[in-house]
Amino acid sequence: MVNKDTIFALEKRANQLRQHIIKMICAAASGHPGGSLSAADIITVLYFHQMQHDPKKPTWQDRDRFVMSKGHAAPVLYAALAEAGYFSVEYLKTLRRLGSSLQGHIDMLSLPGIEMSTGSLGQGLSAANGMALAGRLDKKDYQVYCLMGDGECQEGQIWEAAMTSSHYKLDNLTAIVDHNKHQIDGKVEDIKNLNPFGDKWKAFGWHVISCNGHKIADLISAFEKAKATKGKPTVIIADTVKGKGVAFMEERPLDFHGKAPTKDEESAALSQLCQIEVPKK
Amino acid sequence: MSKKEIATRDVYGQTLVELGKENSNIVVLDADLAGSTKTATFGKAFPDRFFDMGIAEQDMISTAAGLASCGKIAFASTFAVFGSGRAWDQVRMMAAYTRLNVKIVVTHGGITTGEDGASHQANEDIAIMRAIPNMTVIVPTDGIQTASVIREAANFYGPMYIRLSRGKTPVVYENGCNFKIGKGTILKEGTDLTIIACGIMVEKSLNAAEELRKENTNVRVIDMPTIKPIDKELIIKCAEETGAIVTAEEHSIIGGLGGAVAEVIVENCVVPMARVGVRDTFGESGKPDELLVKYGLTETEIMAAARHVLARKK
Repeated sequence: MVNKDTIFALEKRANQLRQHIIKMICAAASGHPGGSLSAADIITVLYFHQMQHDPKKPTWQDRDRFVMSKGHAAPVLYAALAEAGYFSVEYLKTLRRLGSSLQGHIDMLSLPGIEMSTGSLGQGLSAANGMALAGRLDKKDYQVYCLMGDGECQEGQIWEAAMTSSHYKLDNLTAIVDHNKHQIDGKVEDIKNLNPFGDKWKAFGWHVISCNGHKIADLISAFEKAKATKGKPTVIIADTVKGKGVAFMEERPLDFHGKAPTKDEESAALSQLCQIEVPKK
Repeated sequence: MSKKEIATRDVYGQTLVELGKENSNIVVLDADLAGSTKTATFGKAFPDRFFDMGIAEQDMISTAAGLASCGKIAFASTFAVFGSGRAWDQVRMMAAYTRLNVKIVVTHGGITTGEDGASHQANEDIAIMRAIPNMTVIVPTDGIQTASVIREAANFYGPMYIRLSRGKTPVVYENGCNFKIGKGTILKEGTDLTIIACGIMVEKSLNAAEELRKENTNVRVIDMPTIKPIDKELIIKCAEETGAIVTAEEHSIIGGLGGAVAEVIVENCVVPMARVGVRDTFGESGKPDELLVKYGLTETEIMAAARHVLARKK
């Protein structure tokens, strides 16, 4: 069991990432707040609890690898990397600016700590498989994590990759689906229904864990179970809310898939995030 | 000319095995065509480092990128239509944008794929691969050169597209070749015009040059295996010294070798130029030799193009 202090610290950190997300997207006047906010707790647990990595040695060979397959959620990853010390928090303001390393979608060559360039959806899981296969060939025991969107799972390549992971029994790989149930054009179930979602992954040979993607303790336990599962890959279907933490974004998720809040909305969002009292357990 | 013929894909399979012995970081992926692309030869020798990804070219390229990001030299093979077309976005995003060490080595390039018909004849692959930043694009001329190209590919860091053929290719470099990425080779000196060719069209260009000598035309022949980065200096030199250019390739006249040469010519030294290649059309089923005739990839076509540019030169 993880102690309450650890959980509380992670909750605070996730809240901090959310504030960065709002500020950087507003400074850029463009970007994807909804899917960044929904992934904030998952990313927090990965970068500040689960993963072995070292901001001082971003190319350390034994580090765990993370692939952000939903490349439009770049802001949450940038926020985590800055908070972890890969670069200064100040630099987050340069998101999407000409000449900035913080590209609109993730570019592995421009920033330390990024394992793969993404933005064209559906490709990250395949790349993560490649990293997991390399780890096995090199007899290293690093773990590979890959975060996908639920809408992204409409891409055929996800399922090609899902077959690869289970065919090669990649138990050093954990996939996470940020299951926020929305995509640009509407609700995932209305646009192209994925259900029965967990059964699909099961049928593809995966160990499936469902959890609350905003409960730190649930996420930690899911990652622990995933790591302990041998002989097959694990997918964590993390039940999330698009725009999580900002009430008006949670209420109107489709308005904030790929649109920056206005100045007034920014203030409102930040004041909500600052007020959040982390619930005691 | 020598009548000796070697299939470039056979040489690919053999060279991969040699490289695999020398370097444990070489990994090979295929998409259910390992018997045809000859990567199965490597798979037999090094089963742990060979991944048959099934019929999933997109997954294959992105997986290759993941392996490459961890220090592997990833050779990924399938037919040219699939490696360039089906997986274009994956090549662009995860091999080229990332500048990772992914070598896309495809076989069955061009119309000589033959009986399988238009769906399997890649006549546009060089154009669409050449348009991607960071990509190096190579069309080996014969089996001898293929061995050098594959070795160079393993030594060169970065993404590459290498296009091989299905059929046996006449040997041009009987006495060995000195292949360098980005460099063309003068195979025959001449003063009246220059034929710049790649792949199977190199041997035909040499034959055409022999025939044209009977018409008192003194033709220079250039082997241009690297389509990108193209050997700009050599093209300009040939344009200046011979005053006319013909290109010959087993590919559409749009965007391939002819396109690359034309771009250099118009921006640097305008001389009469003609392109021999497939003329903006799909192919069809047939024997390779029949298709070469029907789609204008013959010595006769090269000679006609040569006469045409010579007439414009005056």
